[in-house]
Amino acid sequence: MDTKFTPEDLAFRDEVRAFLDENLTDEIRSAAVGGDIQPETIVKWQKILFDKGWIAPNWPEAAGGTGWSVTQNYIFENECAMAGAPAVVPFGLKMVGPVIYTFGSDEQKQRFLPDILQSNVWWCQGYSEPGAGSDLAALQTKAELDGDHYVVNGQKIWTTYAQHADWIFCLVRTDSSGKKQEGISFLLIDMKTPGIEVRKIDSIDNQHSLNEVFFDNVRVPVANRIGEENKGWTYAKYLLTHERTAIAGVAQSKKAIQKLRDIASKEISGGEPLINDAMFQAKLADIEIELMALEYTELRVISSVAAGGAPGPESSILKIKGTEIQQAIAELSVEACGHYAHMLNEENPIGNDYAWAVSAKYLYGRASTIYGGSNEVQKNIIAKMVLGL
Amino acid sequence: MDFSLTEEQTLLKDSVAKFIQNDYGYEDRQKLIKTESGYSADNWRTFAELGWLCVPFSEGDGGIGGGPIETMILMEEFGKGLVVEPFFETVVLSGSVLSRAASPEQKAELIGGIIEGTQVIATAFAEPESRFDLNHVATTATANGDSHSLSGKKSFVLQGGNASTLVVAARTSGDTRDEAGISLFIVDPSASGVSIESAKTLDGHSAADITLDNAPGTLLGAEGEGLSVLKAARDESILALASEAVGMMEKLYKDTVAYTKDRKQFGMPISVFQALQHRMVDMFTAHEMVKSLLLRAVLSYVNNDGEADKNIAALKYYLQVNGQAVAHEAVQIHGGMGMTDEMSTGMYLKRINVINTLFGNGDYHLKQFTALAS
Repeated sequence: MDTKFTPEDLAFRDEVRAFLDENLTDEIRSAAVGGDIQPETIVKWQKILFDKGWIAPNWPEAAGGTGWSVTQNYIFENECAMAGAPAVVPFGLKMVGPVIYTFGSDEQKQRFLPDILQSNVWWCQGYSEPGAGSDLAALQTKAELDGDHYVVNGQKIWTTYAQHADWIFCLVRTDSSGKKQEGISFLLIDMKTPGIEVRKIDSIDNQHSLNEVFFDNVRVPVANRIGEENKGWTYAKYLLTHERTAIAGVAQSKKAIQKLRDIASKEISGGEPLINDAMFQAKLADIEIELMALEYTELRVISSVAAGGAPGPESSILKIKGTEIQQAIAELSVEACGHYAHMLNEENPIGNDYAWAVSAKYLYGRASTIYGGSNEVQKNIIAKMVLGL
Repeated sequence: MDFSLTEEQTLLKDSVAKFIQNDYGYEDRQKLIKTESGYSADNWRTFAELGWLCVPFSEGDGGIGGGPIETMILMEEFGKGLVVEPFFETVVLSGSVLSRAASPEQKAELIGGIIEGTQVIATAFAEPESRFDLNHVATTATANGDSHSLSGKKSFVLQGGNASTLVVAARTSGDTRDEAGISLFIVDPSASGVSIESAKTLDGHSAADITLDNAPGTLLGAEGEGLSVLKAARDESILALASEAVGMMEKLYKDTVAYTKDRKQFGMPISVFQALQHRMVDMFTAHEMVKSLLLRAVLSYVNNDGEADKNIAALKYYLQVNGQAVAHEAVQIHGGMGMTDEMSTGMYLKRINVINTLFGNGDYHLKQFTALAS
């Protein structure tokens, strides 16, 4: 049992720091604030990471990963977050990419993976439907075979950044006769295909991240199906387990606490900086301690994964606690900002220059306990898979 | 990054777990706590024979050179069994003081005695007005030839009534709350001037108030420099007690899950109710999270990485919040049965509450953490 950094680890950390010093500009740092994203800027950053060979640390080395140790991964995530680097867009690199290199055909791997690694193609996720949220397997979007094509009809919803997307990975119903989980297939669909329409959803954070995607007789080549027909649920669950691990967001939360400390040092309460207020300190410490516990929970999970096997149902703890902590930090940040946490627009001329971003992140972050399988669904999974209830 | 146990550590864990499983039933334990000493001398001999009493001591002191990781492994299993033998008080708390402060002769006698199972040693650090501050020492020690005379009151001395030897913190110089001037002494509990009032605690253990009236004491370690020894002993004590509590939290959530599968209401096992399932998931999660923070604190202490004080304060606060919550939920979900003395559930609750208070409660450590984190 040991968590000490070796001299090699420390040298690696210095290498990451030097790379970030050289490449991470303020423009890139501001590429994503809550739901507000600048696609060109974030893609620019992802291409810099690709050129360095660091775009997909979690991928197997043969598929384009880095071959880093658990410790190196941890160092990289931490250094990027603490330097203020935006998180990579997860849909290609953290969601469909792993599905393709795990379950895709050789042809699919050759066709899709290089573009994902090079960020040439923007992906979005077609999972939820109006009648299929937490009960994802209830999805109704239908794909009917017609020669060497599927004809897709139906609707997806809550599709983040569909307005920027070139491709969508979709769960579709190919069989309605048996158990609902057994008639689902996993399709990759070009967003330029005729019959696809994207409509914006106005969300509480006033940013455009959410969309509805409508499919009207959309023709998709059978060659774009991942794995076997009607086995899509297996691939979907695999993806969700990966997604849950990825959204613990420990390093980002550490950075958010650092920002919160800065804000609380600037805000004045009772004639002195808010950071000196005992009640505020107690609330902040409570969150920091939760995060310290989560950080080691994550290290325990990933080091057991490194010793063999995929993340198990206990990775659901990471999603639940990770998102609870993200929200707690955002709530306290809003509280710290006082009046100016409630401004409508970034361009607003009054107040300070940090409150708007705090507010945008807070509102956007209310989604974190809903997406990726709501936290209540995560608890159902732990109850069943871990506690045997 | 490696959280796995070595082969020796796994063997240690298995041997303690086997003992708890086979030889430490809850009913027997409940009989033990009603005896005068409150624990079994036979068990204590067994602990000595199995080599558990020498685990944290260096090879030079007659031990096997284990450390906080090995102590954690032992205490976690002891927690599951609600062990009442004075392992923590003698081996961890007093053992830590003696390892740091004792002369070679004192070590040979006292650490040697611990390892053989012939010494039960209690360490008296708290006083009626000290609450959780180790530096608050009003008890005085005056040089008297080769020895010292101690006068004052020591509070809530764990296992004070069973001790064959006492370790006592007393002031050789300075004012009551000064950090300097605190010295440690070895005191014979049967000496004149020592009066011990022992009482049972809710968790089946015992503690004593000790009045010293010109009691003879032999200096242990450097005069006036006892505080750093006590602080290190407190750190190791918190790590050990938190390990015990983590073992208890695991037992509590597993017992609760098992009980709900068995208990039927409305014609079905109550384990099917989602309102209860989610609460049990919260118990499971709390256990995993506290365990993670325990590992963080233990490894930080072992590696001496400069963050140990912060990690230990965080652990003690986090344990207060989550340990008590898990125990309360266990009682609630066991329903009326959770209120009975027959079930062990309530005993875990009471032991966790004692641990939460010892060496500083949650609020005390949250303040420490805040001071260190800024």
